[in-house]
Amino acid sequence: MKLSSPFFHHALPTSKVMQLVIAALIPGILLQVYFFGYGVIINLFLCGFTAIAAEFLVLKLRDRDPWSTIKDNSALLTGLLLAVAIPPTLPFWMSIVGTGFAIVFAKQLYGGLGFNPFNPAMVGYVLLLISFPVEMTAWLPSVELAAKTPSLSESMQLIFVGKTSSGLSVNDFRILADGYTMATPLDHMKTEHTLGKMSSEIISQNHFAANLKGWAWVNYGYAFGGIILLATKTIRWQIPASFLLSIVVTSSLLHWWDPELYNPAKFHLVTGATMLGAFFITTDPVSASTTPKGRLIYGALIGFLVVVIRNFGGYPEAIGFAVLLLNLAAPTIDHYTKPQVYGHQTEKESVHD
Amino acid sequence: MKILSDNKQVIHDGLWHNNAALVQLLGLCPLLAVTGTLINGLGLGIATTFVLVGSNVTVSIIRKHIPKEIRIPIFVMLIASFVTNVQLLMNAFTYELYLILGIFIPLIVTNCAIIGRAEAFASKNQPIPSFMDGLAQGVGFTIVLMVLGALREFVGQGTILDGSHLLLGEWARDLTVHFYITDQKFLFAILPPGAFIGLGLLVAAKNYLDMKKRVNEFVGEAIASNS
Repeated sequence: MKLSSPFFHHALPTSKVMQLVIAALIPGILLQVYFFGYGVIINLFLCGFTAIAAEFLVLKLRDRDPWSTIKDNSALLTGLLLAVAIPPTLPFWMSIVGTGFAIVFAKQLYGGLGFNPFNPAMVGYVLLLISFPVEMTAWLPSVELAAKTPSLSESMQLIFVGKTSSGLSVNDFRILADGYTMATPLDHMKTEHTLGKMSSEIISQNHFAANLKGWAWVNYGYAFGGIILLATKTIRWQIPASFLLSIVVTSSLLHWWDPELYNPAKFHLVTGATMLGAFFITTDPVSASTTPKGRLIYGALIGFLVVVIRNFGGYPEAIGFAVLLLNLAAPTIDHYTKPQVYGHQTEKESVHD
Repeated sequence: MKILSDNKQVIHDGLWHNNAALVQLLGLCPLLAVTGTLINGLGLGIATTFVLVGSNVTVSIIRKHIPKEIRIPIFVMLIASFVTNVQLLMNAFTYELYLILGIFIPLIVTNCAIIGRAEAFASKNQPIPSFMDGLAQGVGFTIVLMVLGALREFVGQGTILDGSHLLLGEWARDLTVHFYITDQKFLFAILPPGAFIGLGLLVAAKNYLDMKKRVNEFVGEAIASNS
């Protein structure tokens, strides 16, 4: 039996960590494919491949050995995270632009893995969201509602050509059986609120519950993957816990203040990218806070901002913006939450001596 | 001959070596805000250059009569009067462009590049070099505005020289070059973040060229000293 001192940790190499994270994405991805179609798979391949190609290109330009870096799977993970965040029928060149920007600008221009102050996948997502707001919010309805769902080849045609061979566009697939178009629950909620409708009215609308169900299942899938990550100690508990708790507290307070304007916690927890954000996005080891106390603050502030932006901001979903804002704050949070080194005294105590 | 080489130095400083936008990083507010298209950049660049030349020459002429303690308010008033001229001129001759540039024309007063040149150069030099300095700095600033504007315009909506009739008159309508026609504008490039990233890329490109030049000079010297 190999013996070693107790303070030596068995740290997994980066590539293994990234593989684990990618594996933990699978339950969520499967559910997302079930509810939103094959476009998700095509996007995964497209973004994953673009991410690796972009990483290869930049490393070549920087005279580094590309393969040893690509093997750490971090670029692949960035691509995959972006792929599950974008609508399943997004035109292919937008996915490529977003992924390329994420790798080249948000990651490699800052010096590569470990030096990027911002979460690359979210930089790519926000770039696409503010550049192409129409396409980026054109989600298909959940499968049980859709009048027709695109087959694999139809999804390909939608992504690469913009129209299927039978002349259908993305919007034709967004129409429900009764001729109604459905946005994502968050988007729908926002639009209807601006029309002066009340939450209880919106929730009781036809199809709303059914559409929400699809999104809830996808969220459960990512939460399940997140629990695997927690169990294997790939991520620490602090950020997801404080993030989710903060969402619950903030949204519950608002809901208590005015239940017809602000939705309860159970809505915010299962819509949008909440669970993907809680376990996969906010926990990015490079751009997140790194001290135990700092992680609690970091997660809580993101959760708070998510609810605030969802309720009061201009865009329906807020994980990307909230994460980027807190990425900026992470170094400051770390600075003020440095853990005490064993045997050292705080400044206050040493003054007393 | 000394004056000539001084002038050369001043021009080189303004256009490249000590460029207001790329090296001093001054005047970023209008730089980032109005460079949505090349023509907008050119319009603001010309206005800024005019003010810069005017204020530099005036400050230089009266520099011996300005009390040191209140020089900044005096500079600001001089600059403001030139800005008022520019604003009225643009209002009269390029009305549409005047509307597009809007608040950024009066804001030329607060452009640090202008007061910076008055303080750092014009208040210590003869009128002629001050004139050259103002012109070189202004043209250097204008070029950056134009390049950044062209970059954002090209990436954002696939055109170059869009809206040239605003500045040059009706005949220039055909100057606009359409590189690709798209339904979806790439809003990121047109919005302020695109300006920040575009400027970052321009600064990086300038530093890269400088670095390459230094390396070449170094290699050249090494070869010369070896032989």
